[in-house]
Amino acid sequence: MSEVLLSARKLTKRFGGLAAVNDVTLDLWRSRIHAVIGPNGAGKSTLTNLLSGDISPTAGEVTLSGRDVTGWNPERISRAGLGRSYQKTNIFRPFTVWENIRLAAQSRTPHAAGWLRLASRIAPANERAERALELAGLQARRDQVAGAASHGEQRQLEIAMTLATDPQVLLLDEPLAGMGTAEAERMVGLLLRLKEAHAMMLVEHDMDAVFTLADHLTVMVNGQVIATGTPAQVRADANVQSAYLGDGDAGPPQGAVAPSGGSAAGLPASVGGPNTHG
Amino acid sequence: MSATSVHLERLPRGLQVALALGLIALLAFPFVATDFYAQMAARMMILAIFAMSLDLLQGVTGLVSLGHAAFFGLAGYALAFLTPQGAAVSLWWTLPAAVAASALGALVIGFFVVRTHGIYFIMVTMAFAQMVFFLFFDNKALGGSDGIYINFKPAAGVFDLENKRVFYYFTLAVLLLVYAFLRRLLFSPFGRALAGIRVNEHRMRAMGFGTFGYKLAAFTLAGGLAGLAGYLWGAQSGYVNPELMGFHMSAHAIMMVILGGMGNFAGAIVGAFAFEYLLHAFKDLPAIGRFDTGKHWQLWMGLFIVLVVVFAPRGLLGLLDRVLRRKEKRDE
Repeated sequence: MSEVLLSARKLTKRFGGLAAVNDVTLDLWRSRIHAVIGPNGAGKSTLTNLLSGDISPTAGEVTLSGRDVTGWNPERISRAGLGRSYQKTNIFRPFTVWENIRLAAQSRTPHAAGWLRLASRIAPANERAERALELAGLQARRDQVAGAASHGEQRQLEIAMTLATDPQVLLLDEPLAGMGTAEAERMVGLLLRLKEAHAMMLVEHDMDAVFTLADHLTVMVNGQVIATGTPAQVRADANVQSAYLGDGDAGPPQGAVAPSGGSAAGLPASVGGPNTHG
Repeated sequence: MSATSVHLERLPRGLQVALALGLIALLAFPFVATDFYAQMAARMMILAIFAMSLDLLQGVTGLVSLGHAAFFGLAGYALAFLTPQGAAVSLWWTLPAAVAASALGALVIGFFVVRTHGIYFIMVTMAFAQMVFFLFFDNKALGGSDGIYINFKPAAGVFDLENKRVFYYFTLAVLLLVYAFLRRLLFSPFGRALAGIRVNEHRMRAMGFGTFGYKLAAFTLAGGLAGLAGYLWGAQSGYVNPELMGFHMSAHAIMMVILGGMGNFAGAIVGAFAFEYLLHAFKDLPAIGRFDTGKHWQLWMGLFIVLVVVFAPRGLLGLLDRVLRRKEKRDE
């Protein structure tokens, strides 16, 4: 079994009476993609925010590379080796694509490193940014203003910025959201390339992508984990079938946990179909 | 449109030429103008340093401080306290000491205020500045509402600051140094991080930037530079009073930065000169019948700033840029 880089134990977040995330335990291993799926409102984004330090948990703990990082603020967790992308594109819109990535890479240069030097001439940051730019396939968009880039390119930029901080652990919140088929395919290819060197958590509605990518699958409903295991195990799980398909329905179709029309509320988007979420 | 162009971070060639012409005009001014006007120009330069220090917060980092005058005034008072009744005091240690006093004040106040955002930041900076204002206003030991006289200008070795022309060029040199320093800072890793905080602080934190530290450093540095301006103000006018730290002074600085154009420091200089010039021009307006138009200068100033904000959102510098570009196109 490969190395666990991030581990959450009995993580709970309550907003008033509502437990948005309830007693969730989950591990991320190096060189593996752990997909988290579930209907809208299942608590996937809240879980991501808990792991990245954007919000702090009501109970439970998170360890990152063996260190207890529970309650740490986002910048500390980021520097400890966690990178995240956002479901809702969260970039520096007025800056160029390059400056977005360069700034992300700059966060890893020591503070005292010649603070009156030109930022554009810091070689280690430029190299890291260059690598991330290439990985994300954005070379041609380098000098474009980020806010004017296409939706798909902005999603790629999200990932590039995350990569430029050299994270060990990647939390990707719906990287395929709103992407066209060709763009989505390219992104799936990128994620596969990133898999080797990272521990990755993938929150995604596109079931084609999930079943192509995931080594491990966790299904959340109403803030709770209802099933976790290999994709095959999860597909066979009775809880998942009832949550996603409603009792008495036929087993899930081959290759995907796909909803059938008009079944349980809040289903994930249909296989390969357009994603209307967020 | 990119922020780079909204903020004119990189100054186009045309503007650089215009600024260089402005510098030449400033260099020549004492030779063509009377002492009175040269002193007024020196005062504009001091205010330009003050406006640039605020621009680091307002235009670059996106922190609108309504209490920046507190740090301007603190250094002026520092000079007043350090200058004995009957002799001049050396500039070489009182200037750093006064700047340090302002920076320290900014560090302490900044520690509390940079945690807040948006309207709350505006309000708490104003509240802290009002506290500083009343501390001096209500304390006889600190000069009270009358303020303190500074009988001698600081002694600066070979520079005889009592000589108005020397003082003028000394101030111009400080202006240029501060401008060069801030321009360099703008494109340093620190400056890029501050711009990132203005645009998207949330993402900055997610990428590992301790934004609190960056903002506190910017607030402290801006306070120190405001102090540099305040020191010169005290030295020039020979007098400090609580008005220097007052609400109006802080508000004027904000207007200067908006008027000139934010986020590139050149705009702050242009704005400070324009604001001071207009202030005097409007005050000198003649009375029409029983209506004293000059007395209501704030009305005209307000109108003018509204016009600039509506029709030239990038400020006077941006307006100049537009005019120069149009001319360039016509010439082609």
